[in-house]
Amino acid sequence: MDRIYLDSNATTIVDPRVKEAMEPFFSQMYGNPNSLHDFGTEIHPYMRLAMDRLYSGINAKDQNDIIINSCASEGNNHVLKGVYNDLIRNGPKNEIITTQVEHPCVRNTCAFLESLGVKIIYLPVNSDGIVDVDTLRRSIHPDKTALVSVMWANNETGLIFPIAELAAVCREKGVLFHTDAVQAIGKIPVDVSRVAVDFLTFSAHKFHGPKGIGGLFIRQGLKLTPLLHGGEQMGGKRAGTINVPYLIGMGLAMEMAVDSLNYEASTVRLLRDRLEDAILTIPDTMVVGKRALRTPNTILASFRGIEGEAMIWDLNQNGVAASTGSACASESLEPNPTFVAMRISDELAHTGIRFSLSRFSTEEEIDRAAVLIRQSTQRLRAISSTYKNGK
Amino acid sequence: MAKNDLIGGSLWEQYSNKVSTRMNNPEHRGEISDAEAKELGARLIVADWGAESCGDAVRLYWAVDPKTNRILKAKFKSFGCGTAIASSDVMAELSMGKTVEEALKITNIEVEMALRDSPDIPAIPPQKMHCSVMAYDVIKKAASLYKGVDMASLVEEEIVCECARVSLRTIKDVIRINNLTTVEDITRYTKAGAFCKSCLRPGGHEKRSHYLVDILSATRAEMNKDKLLTQAEARDFATMNLIQKHRAIEKALDEKIRPALAADGGSVEIVDIRESEGTVSVYIRYLGACKGCISSTKGTLQFIESMLKRELADNIRVLPV
Repeated sequence: MDRIYLDSNATTIVDPRVKEAMEPFFSQMYGNPNSLHDFGTEIHPYMRLAMDRLYSGINAKDQNDIIINSCASEGNNHVLKGVYNDLIRNGPKNEIITTQVEHPCVRNTCAFLESLGVKIIYLPVNSDGIVDVDTLRRSIHPDKTALVSVMWANNETGLIFPIAELAAVCREKGVLFHTDAVQAIGKIPVDVSRVAVDFLTFSAHKFHGPKGIGGLFIRQGLKLTPLLHGGEQMGGKRAGTINVPYLIGMGLAMEMAVDSLNYEASTVRLLRDRLEDAILTIPDTMVVGKRALRTPNTILASFRGIEGEAMIWDLNQNGVAASTGSACASESLEPNPTFVAMRISDELAHTGIRFSLSRFSTEEEIDRAAVLIRQSTQRLRAISSTYKNGK
Repeated sequence: MAKNDLIGGSLWEQYSNKVSTRMNNPEHRGEISDAEAKELGARLIVADWGAESCGDAVRLYWAVDPKTNRILKAKFKSFGCGTAIASSDVMAELSMGKTVEEALKITNIEVEMALRDSPDIPAIPPQKMHCSVMAYDVIKKAASLYKGVDMASLVEEEIVCECARVSLRTIKDVIRINNLTTVEDITRYTKAGAFCKSCLRPGGHEKRSHYLVDILSATRAEMNKDKLLTQAEARDFATMNLIQKHRAIEKALDEKIRPALAADGGSVEIVDIRESEGTVSVYIRYLGACKGCISSTKGTLQFIESMLKRELADNIRVLPV
């Protein structure tokens, strides 16, 4: 029986058309795009096309930059450490505002900056699991705040944050705004001409591109000290020979992701809802966050009486790939701030299972997964010491 | 760091086949009913340990023969990850056929050993070792219920690291004996903190009553205090006042000289100590067999003087009265 992949928030299958588009740039057109000879210059039209696709994918003007890098972790490091260098170390400001629910690549970078003396304000989320615009407004000190960094959508819950409003508050207060859009691109519209973001980061492998390549959008006129110093690639803003085949792949992946947004909003959402409905027919289950507030592909479910890692082990034995934020599988038992804010910390700390779909998910897979999830639930509840029928 | 650490995500790959098998199909899962226990002529014990909010909970069923205290049958249920399930399964199996007293000796380390495919390769990765501790705790709980005593009374030693079962006393001793100064050293010497790392410092996987960082700093503080006291006592003989000199000489006599004299039925006492022109004169009187012994003015006297010189200072002169 074929395996069922329901972990697309971790990474996605590379679209076969993306792979095909990358193919010629390994052994046929392998030149260094910085070379002056034909081996280098013959690649330029393809790179231009890829860049065009990335720019139009997020509706960026040509005057803006999209720095090609290795991943969103790099982009997020670049923004946070660059702003630290430009506005805090060599400037008048001393604080950065972020949230309690950011991905570790933002959270841990902030913790590092904290160790260098930067004041970091970690905004909580409200009872919907969302960062509140008024909370941000109250937290900004225009003379002190160097940067606000809030993810566009949360990787665990799929909850979408009000980025347009948050960015507008920052623009109004004259504070730079960054968003980690890794979980948004290809799932919901991302348009930098309508949303006042100054920096935006993304990663190709979350939208059916290859791993190891990503992008950083920088609004026109903003200075940002490089993270990688070296050659003059990317206009001197990010050194290192560009990964040409992956850039070509990411460009096509972006175009297809944006073209698929309607499909995501309709078909993927229907499939997700179908799976979610099936899960909720199992007694004593719950799903975190209102559907309307989530990316169309994500379900974070709790199955009472079943420890998360035991569940994903059992699902894996039956060919279903999901993931858990269960504390048992991690280093710390610190409760997840989203769950604390939503008052579901006790249930979710150890029982949360994330199912994340993609445009490659099929109805047949979803229906089969629903059956297998039910079976796992029954098997594990039968040996659970804390689960009693209906209690 | 090893290659596997750099690749990451190898948690499940480090489970032994036995762990996997028991996770998928725990042999002793389930319950023992009252009727079943009655049929066996056994007393039914149902022990719960842990809580869902802590991430681990296990319930152990024992049917115990009240005449022999022997566990005739054991079953379990668990809210926990796969390794917790596998550990509980082995724990139930190991307890069967044992008396309650014998079962109390089962530790998480034994459970882990039983899950190994090969004796040299751990059954589970270090960070999962704490999952097997539940198995040990619930046995204690079941035994305390059976005996009708408080669980604390069954705990012989205060355990700091549950995964490696290292006691507070062991850790303190190791710090003292080896003069350890870092938590990493403690882990290297005792394995405490090498597994789930909860006991290293607050903020780890679970809350502990003792942390290695605290034990280290407390023990180092005690050691410093002891050292100061020892130093206070072992000051240089030359700078001692007369009372301290008297004590030091008495101590040296007790430790190094009197036992030798006693072997021949004799002894010695101090009559006076006088200091003049850089010489300490110790006036002694022989007692018992030493009194009137021919050697008492020669060999024995030399022995006493040279011993005091060696132990205390060169400027000591011993004079018999």
